[in-house]
Amino acid sequence: MAISEATIESMIKDLELPNNILKTLRDDALKVGVSKKEMEAIIERVMESYKYACVEPCEAVGVVSAQSIGEPGTQMTMRTFHYAGVAEINVTLGLPRLIEIVDARKSPSTPMMTVALDEGYSTDRDKAKNVAWDIEATHIEHLADVTTDLANMQLIIDLNGKILYQRNMNIDDIADKLRDGLGVKISSPDAVENQLIITPDAPSYRELLQLAKNIHAVTLKGIEGVKRVVIRKDGDEYTLYTEGSALKDVLLIEGVDATRTYTNNIVETYEVFGIEAARNSIIKEAVDTLNEQGLTVDIRHLMLVADIMTCDGEVKQIGRHGISGEKASVFARAAFEVTVNHLLDAGMRGDVDELNGVTENIIVGQPIKLGTGDVRLISKRSGRAGLT
Amino acid sequence: MRKISLLDHNSVPKHEIIQVDDIKSLLEKYQIEKGQLPKLKESDPVAKELEAAVGDIVKITRISQTADESLYYRLVIE
Repeated sequence: MAISEATIESMIKDLELPNNILKTLRDDALKVGVSKKEMEAIIERVMESYKYACVEPCEAVGVVSAQSIGEPGTQMTMRTFHYAGVAEINVTLGLPRLIEIVDARKSPSTPMMTVALDEGYSTDRDKAKNVAWDIEATHIEHLADVTTDLANMQLIIDLNGKILYQRNMNIDDIADKLRDGLGVKISSPDAVENQLIITPDAPSYRELLQLAKNIHAVTLKGIEGVKRVVIRKDGDEYTLYTEGSALKDVLLIEGVDATRTYTNNIVETYEVFGIEAARNSIIKEAVDTLNEQGLTVDIRHLMLVADIMTCDGEVKQIGRHGISGEKASVFARAAFEVTVNHLLDAGMRGDVDELNGVTENIIVGQPIKLGTGDVRLISKRSGRAGLT
Repeated sequence: MRKISLLDHNSVPKHEIIQVDDIKSLLEKYQIEKGQLPKLKESDPVAKELEAAVGDIVKITRISQTADESLYYRLVIE
């Protein structure tokens, strides 16, 4: 006789199992219809299998992770650049990208953002385009021809009216931006439309040529650092992909969905969204990099790496300046990189190595405290008088 | 200027400061000292939004690909 949903619920609710296993257990038991005795047997078998699948105490999970990521890593491409499928934007892939992730670089070699749009903007191509123009950094070379007039000691800027209209800009804004950015006098002649004339403060050739160079560095519209924005239709909504990353500024732009916008720069994610988001970002980036190469690494290994990198509240790299460099043991640090420096420094400071870890015990040739090596046998002496 | 709640973002899991009474049972459950918990900096954007003070413990409900939901705790430090 099958038991009710409530009975099953009460039977499984106190089990120490993850939610998804509980859910499968509940759904399957309901679908098949089991008796109370069967259910008890099922629970017993599930618990047994779950315990069997758990990591045992004293297991060296870090070493297993290192091997599990390292072995597929040998099969990855060494070539740095690839055009990924997403919107013709150049992104670093393969081994160089994986190294970048675990090294927690300040900025990756190809920063990129995926900018989701708010409702109302995401289905309207023109609105999406306007948001894109608000993000992409516009410089003078996109809008105008700049000629250096040596005879009259001035720069003549001929703006393209059509492009200005397209990008929703006007000549006064540009004049203001240039004035702020360069600190020079700017006039617009009445005779010619869409023309600006810049005269340097001091009438010297050097000044003029310097000005002609500097004018290209002024950002007239958009966010500095975002070189290019590509609009693509994913499903039935438009999404923007950017070359260059400036998460903080992008989130403030009208029309950008701040809940779904993502950058591949992990350190930037940490600064804007905090440590937990950075952890998620490390996992996502590492999984994506490995999957793109056709490699499958169990996500638990990458989660362990991400947890270790973020457990102190900041993103630390795996390496000399991060996890490995902060080990307490002198020998463990010396065994990793720059051996002589560590030994020398430790000798000068008079450091003491307690030989608690694995590496240092291997170096001195002692049993390591791992697996069976971590267990001590204790004999119970109770019951025999005179020995206590 | 737009106001954005960081906790609304997809990749930020649910954070909440746990009550002082619950701290003891938490530490007992895992048999650890407070200082052995993973850390969360006071200057972390999410900690600022929660207005967490040094010494608070923040409970994080992560969406996990392997376990559906998993709990994580961080001690707020300077």
